[in-house]
Amino acid sequence: MNAPAIRVEGLEHTFRQKGREVRAVDGVDLEVGDGEFVALVGPSGCGKSTLLRVLAGLLVPTGGIAEVGGVSAAGRPGLVAYMPQKDLLLPWRRALANAALGLEVRGVPRQEARARARALFGVFGLEGFEQAWPAQMSGGMRQRLALLRTFLVPSRVLLLDEPFGALDAITRRGMHAWLQGVLAIEPRTVLLVTHDVEEALVLADRVVVMSPRPGRIVDEVAAPFARPREPGIVTEPAFVASKARVLAALGEGEAPVGAGEERTAPGA
Amino acid sequence: MTALPGAARGAGRFASAYGPSAVLLALLVAGWEAWVRAFDTRPYILPAPSRIWQGFWETKHLLPEHIRTTLGEAVLGLGFGAAAGVTIAVLVAGIPLVRRVLMPLLVVSQTIPMVVLAPLLIVWFGFGMTPKVVVVALWGFFPVAVATADGLMHADREMVGLVRSMGANRLQVLRYIAVPAALPAFFSGLKIAAAYAVGGAVVGEWIGASSGLGLYITRAQTSFRVDRVFVAVVLIALLSMLLFAAVHVLARLATPWMYVRTEEETT
Repeated sequence: MNAPAIRVEGLEHTFRQKGREVRAVDGVDLEVGDGEFVALVGPSGCGKSTLLRVLAGLLVPTGGIAEVGGVSAAGRPGLVAYMPQKDLLLPWRRALANAALGLEVRGVPRQEARARARALFGVFGLEGFEQAWPAQMSGGMRQRLALLRTFLVPSRVLLLDEPFGALDAITRRGMHAWLQGVLAIEPRTVLLVTHDVEEALVLADRVVVMSPRPGRIVDEVAAPFARPREPGIVTEPAFVASKARVLAALGEGEAPVGAGEERTAPGA
Repeated sequence: MTALPGAARGAGRFASAYGPSAVLLALLVAGWEAWVRAFDTRPYILPAPSRIWQGFWETKHLLPEHIRTTLGEAVLGLGFGAAAGVTIAVLVAGIPLVRRVLMPLLVVSQTIPMVVLAPLLIVWFGFGMTPKVVVVALWGFFPVAVATADGLMHADREMVGLVRSMGANRLQVLRYIAVPAALPAFFSGLKIAAAYAVGGAVVGEWIGASSGLGLYITRAQTSFRVDRVFVAVVLIALLSMLLFAAVHVLARLATPWMYVRTEEETT
C-alpha cells in the first residue's frame, strides 16, 4: 500500500450558522506519511477540529478530498482511531470496558477484547484500576484511559484532538514524556491538534500551522531533534528558533512568555 | 471497606435519613389516639389507631389472600405498563413524525379519570384480573414513556460521534450509548409508576372484584367498619413503599454507575 496514511487535498467546509454561511476550512492540503507524527496548531475556530471530524468520517466536507490509507473518509467512519477533545468515557462502563470499547464495536468477542485491553493497563499507568468507574478516576487517569481506548481501536492512524487540553501544565508535561514512550512501544501514525506550540514541537516530527477562520495552512515547521525527546530540549536554541517561527506564523511574532500555556489564540 | 463498618454506617445513614419521619409519624399517631379518646369520637366516624390495630387483628387471616391478589395485579400491570412505555418511548424518540402525532394523544390519555374508565374496563374485560392489570398499566406507562423518551433523546451527541468514529452501526449506537444513557431516566419513570401501581389496582378492584384489597375496602364500607378501611389504607401504603423500594433496588443493580461515591477518589 503506497498511499499515504492521510491525504487531504483542497479540503473545504462551509456550514450555516444563524442563517449565515461560515467557511470553516478553506483549501487545506496535508499529507501524513505512515508512522509520522504531525501536529496541527492554530487559533480557536480555525477548523482544526473540523478537519479531524472529516477524517473520522463524522462530517462530510462541502469540497475537496480527505483520504485515510487511500480510502475516502467522507461519511465513512471507522478508518481511524479518533480521540475527541473531551475524554468521553462512558460513565456506565468500568475502566476496562471503556478501554475495550473500540474492539467490541468492531466485533471482537468481549472476553478477548478485554484481555487485550487489560494487557495494556500497565503501559498506560492504569494498573489496578481495571474495575474503577470513570467517575472515580482523576483527570490525568481519565485522559490516559481515553488514550488507551484510542490505541485499542484497530487502526494505524490516530487523530488526537487536544488530548491534554484539560490537564494542568505539570501533568501535561508528564503525559508528553509518557506518550512518546507508548509510541515507541506501539508505533502509530498520529495527527495531533493542539493550541500548545511547545507541545506540538516536543511531540511531532512536523508542525503544521493554520490561519484563523477560514482555516488555511500558512506554514510548516520541521521539529528539530529526533524522537523521542527529553523535556529539556525546550530550552535548546534550535527548539526556541522553531518555536519562534511557529509563533510568527501564528501571527503573534515574538510573543514574550507562556507560549506553552496559552489557552486562547490571538484575535479569538 | 470491610462488611461490618459498612453495615454500621449503612444503619446509621438509614436512621438519620428516616428517623425524623418515623418520629413525626409516631407523634401523629399518638395525637390521633389521644384526640379520639378525649372527645370520644364514634369509631364509624374516626377509629382510633388502637381500634384499627384491632381491626387488623380480627381480619388478619383474610388479608394475605387480598394482598396477594392486589400485589399480583400491581406487579403485572407495572410490568405491562413499563413494556408499553418503553415501546412508545423508542418510537417517540426514534421517529419525529410519531413524536408529533403521539405526544398530544398521550397527554390527553392521562386526563381521562381512571374512576370513569374502570367500570368500562370491567364491562370489556370481565371481573377477573385483567381489568385491574389494565388500569395499573394505563396509569404506569405514561411516566415511563415520557421519562424514557427524554433519556433516549438526550443521549450525548459527542459520545454517539465517538462510537460512530469506531465504525458503530445504528444498533450499536443504541446498545452502547442510547440505552445505557436512558436507563436512569427509565428508572425514574418506573419509580413514579410503581408508587401508583397498588393504588391503581385497588381502584380497579373497588369497582368490582372477587378478591383484593379493593374488595376488602368495599366490604368494610358497607358494614361501616371504618377501622378496616384504615387497615387497607395502611396496607396500600406499605405495599406501595415495598414496590417503590423494589424498583429502587432494581435501579441500583441495573445502573451501578449512578451510585458511585466519587469522594472515594483514588489519587
